[in-house]
Amino acid sequence: MKYLSEYRDEKVVKAYLGKLHGIVTRPWKIMEICGGQTHSLVKNGVLQMLPEEITMVHGPGCPVCVTPLHIIDDAIDLAQRENVILCSFGDMLRVPGSGKSLLEIKASGGDVRIVYSPLEAVKLAAQNPDKEVVFFAVGFETTAPANALSVVQASKLGLENYSILASHVLVPPAMGAILSDPENVIDGFLAAGHVCTIMGTDEYDPIAEKYRVPIVVTGFEPVDLVQGIYMAVSQLEKGTHLVENQYARMVQRKGNELAKETIHDVFRTSDRVWRGIGEIPASGYEVSEQYAKYDARKKFGLAHREVPENPECIAGQVLKGLKKPHECPNFGTKCTPENPLGAPMVSSEGACAAYYHFSNFDQTVTVS
Amino acid sequence: MCLAIPGKLTSIDGQAGDTFRTGKVSFGGIQRDVNLMMIPDAKIGDYVLVHVGVAISIVDEEEAKLTFKYLKEMGELEDLDSELDGGGGSPVEQSFDR
Ligand code: SF4
Repeated sequence: MKYLSEYRDEKVVKAYLGKLHGIVTRPWKIMEICGGQTHSLVKNGVLQMLPEEITMVHGPGCPVCVTPLHIIDDAIDLAQRENVILCSFGDMLRVPGSGKSLLEIKASGGDVRIVYSPLEAVKLAAQNPDKEVVFFAVGFETTAPANALSVVQASKLGLENYSILASHVLVPPAMGAILSDPENVIDGFLAAGHVCTIMGTDEYDPIAEKYRVPIVVTGFEPVDLVQGIYMAVSQLEKGTHLVENQYARMVQRKGNELAKETIHDVFRTSDRVWRGIGEIPASGYEVSEQYAKYDARKKFGLAHREVPENPECIAGQVLKGLKKPHECPNFGTKCTPENPLGAPMVSSEGACAAYYHFSNFDQTVTVS
Repeated sequence: MCLAIPGKLTSIDGQAGDTFRTGKVSFGGIQRDVNLMMIPDAKIGDYVLVHVGVAISIVDEEEAKLTFKYLKEMGELEDLDSELDGGGGSPVEQSFDR
């Protein structure tokens, strides 16, 4: 397949690995932000092929994993209401709230539906005028245009029965939070390719400058990842800290202007609690005033609640790169994908689930 | 979550300018309806990147070649031309669920 299989070519991966082995002289810790990249690194065995000097740290880029408990509880609350059809991307269903998960609500008769696109949820609203259709709008910047577009479409169609429960998080503020943590161990970043497809790369310049870290915008296939790591390590070895773009076939410096406009019409930036990490200022999106009637939070009068995290789950340390999943005492014992204690064990992009599913990794290589 | 995959735009259906401009994109032979609002310049035959039913970018073919060109110039790769000129025929390995 064009633009897919060639980036999985073993010869090309090996060629970049060879170059990487040739330049590395000392230990470096590089964080890949995006859970999709974590998944690909672990699944394709890239971690074992890297020089032993290089430790990949798995960042918080799994929207499912960082959606706080109180928002999951809100979704569960809505799904239990008589007249509501709650639509969601598949991975959100098994994430445990403080009590049940959406899947359990579905099993006990709640109308919870998995959709591939938020635009399908709008269609459902048009087809079910006597029901309230709520879309659980989880995601990073990549998903924000589609979620925003669903609101614009609903508005154009004059639908009164569509709303979204927004749970949007933004990458750059999270990178800032990780880098300013006194315990920070990260020397360089692979920035998330598809986030940058939307937002462009400009917003990373101040971060690279302020914290003096190289940031390489990187794609998701094995060749992309190995090339991105090679570019980051070349910079680290040279002592530079620039924003570079490995993924230029998909990412332009300004991103996608139309997508950004749509986001800014429908959403406004807000402070956001990241599950396991805590509140990060200006790190999320809420529905804007202009589209307030599509905000499920307002429509259904959902109050903000504080819900304590399960103290047995060390997801916060895993998401900040301070601990590897298998260093959690519950990993694979009390916490498995079938019976997850925390969100990173649910989504295939969560670091814990990635390690669990592809667990033939060599721990001596990956322990930080 | 941020999974997006490239496919070939095979038809443009809706009108430009409204939120319902759609087209069909082929992913290794599998056709899907895709919203084209975010890429008004896309032409039939372009490869586009699709995420949750919305096309978000047109693949830049020249840039796509650079990953391989660089290695070739360094003499690290000689026999990759077939992949560059259209790729193998392997099926889509990632699911459409994001
Ligand atoms: S293994 Fe389970 S309990 Fe431990 S950090 Fe991961 S999700 Fe939390």
